Amino acid sequence: MPILDVKGLTGGYGTTDVLNAVSFAVEDGGITTILGANGAGKTSVLRALCGMLRVSAGDIAFSGQQLKGKPTETIVRMGIGHVPDGRGTFLNLTTEENLRVGAMTRRDKAGVAEDFERVYGYFPRLKERRNQQAGTLSGGEQQMLAISRALMLRPRLLLLDEPSFGLAPLVVQDIFRIMRTINEEQKVAILLVEQNASLALELADTAYLLETGSVVMSGPASELREAESVRRSYLGY
Amino acid sequence: MEAFLHQVFSGLANGAIYASLALALVMIYQSTHHINFAQGEMAMFSTYLAWAMINAGVPYWAAFFLTVIASFFIGLTIERVIVRRVADAPVLTLVVVFIALLVILNSVTGWIFTYTIKVFPSPFPEQPLFGPYISSHEAGVVGITLVVLLLLFLFFRFTSLGLAMRATAENAVSSRLAGIRVGWMLALGWGLAAAIGAIAGMMVAPIVYLDPNMMSGILLYGIAAALMGGIDNPFGAVVGGLIVGVVENLMGAYVVGTELKLTVALMVIIGVLIFKPTGLFGRSFVTRV
Repeated sequence: MPILDVKGLTGGYGTTDVLNAVSFAVEDGGITTILGANGAGKTSVLRALCGMLRVSAGDIAFSGQQLKGKPTETIVRMGIGHVPDGRGTFLNLTTEENLRVGAMTRRDKAGVAEDFERVYGYFPRLKERRNQQAGTLSGGEQQMLAISRALMLRPRLLLLDEPSFGLAPLVVQDIFRIMRTINEEQKVAILLVEQNASLALELADTAYLLETGSVVMSGPASELREAESVRRSYLGY
Repeated sequence: MEAFLHQVFSGLANGAIYASLALALVMIYQSTHHINFAQGEMAMFSTYLAWAMINAGVPYWAAFFLTVIASFFIGLTIERVIVRRVADAPVLTLVVVFIALLVILNSVTGWIFTYTIKVFPSPFPEQPLFGPYISSHEAGVVGITLVVLLLLFLFFRFTSLGLAMRATAENAVSSRLAGIRVGWMLALGWGLAAAIGAIAGMMVAPIVYLDPNMMSGILLYGIAAALMGGIDNPFGAVVGGLIVGVVENLMGAYVVGTELKLTVALMVIIGVLIFKPTGLFGRSFVTRV
């Protein structure tokens, strides 16, 4: 049974629809990726899930509950951590304050303290810079911070919007390796939206290909990796 | 020399009041980028509430704290009922709403309490306690402003709610994604601003006397102070308030005369906007890509 089941999602900005009957699912504890070129509608899909985009038709079921029409705050509190594009860092807060903001909705102090140690374990760099203003962190560190901030919610589903964007290849590999660990250790399901198709297909078990707001291909990640058209347009070999 | 020191100290006391009002403006500006032109009239209305209570026999400090609490809820309600409905409207719509609020509060107060000037009591004794250069009321105003500042600092620095409000002011979208109820944080900001404004009103009323127009000049000084310090910086607002207070007093006493004091505030506003739009401590935003 999928933790996230999206059917016929249609919506957009103003009066223009940018998503056209998009359907996909994320298995509980699984990793799904949505691939696509710039402007295909990847970020819009994530925004629609979190109540930040006008949805005109379709169903969004998160462990059986309808998300459509709910305010962002409520959706997040149901257990969805969203790592937005651009990372959404609170630049004037310290690293540690950023993480405290992530845990704002939680009341279990002991659990929060545990999660602090856990994310500092994943990203020791953040621990070194815990009292530093987050605006002074590098791009890679801010991406780590964004993921950690979302993890502080103890989400059951993590939405990641282009975590590789603008980062050095080594940093990207590091981040993808840790996402795998997070998925395995914490049983968090992941929905990953990416332009970097080869990395995403390596990490994910299920993949969808989005073109101008519609799903044009889907299947196990290993199958998409072999598909001729994907190889030529997105993997470049 | 004595006269000069006296002018400086009484400038500091006025400056503390401007600082409070500037702080109220900054509180709202930081999270919404709105300048609440009705901030002064809200403070004036609060001061009338305090006057009504004191007149009805409520002891001063009880009336003071009841007024602060009532003002908090009035500010909160104004945000929830009026401002949030136009929050995404064009800037001009907002300006019109704020000016309407200013005029409505002014005339409603005049209608309820009449336009006759009233004496508002000071909680501090008549005789000067802190030397010859500063009256007890002036010293009290500075003291109360410092206490308010300290409380605000502790609240924003060390409480979860304070952190949530800081986060909201900086990045509303990210705050929502952390599950923070952003709408309520904005309303709380309005409540706090109204409460701080109420204190400024009750502190200035013994000096300028209570009447429905008493805050119009003070608001200008407050805006000048906020701009001078950097409109997005609470610390700057306070420093700006003190500077404007002292400069205004000294200019009034030695250079331009009391009639042109308000002009000094306007000159500060224009000067800052032309030569240093970010103010003394304002951040010009630099972000890493």
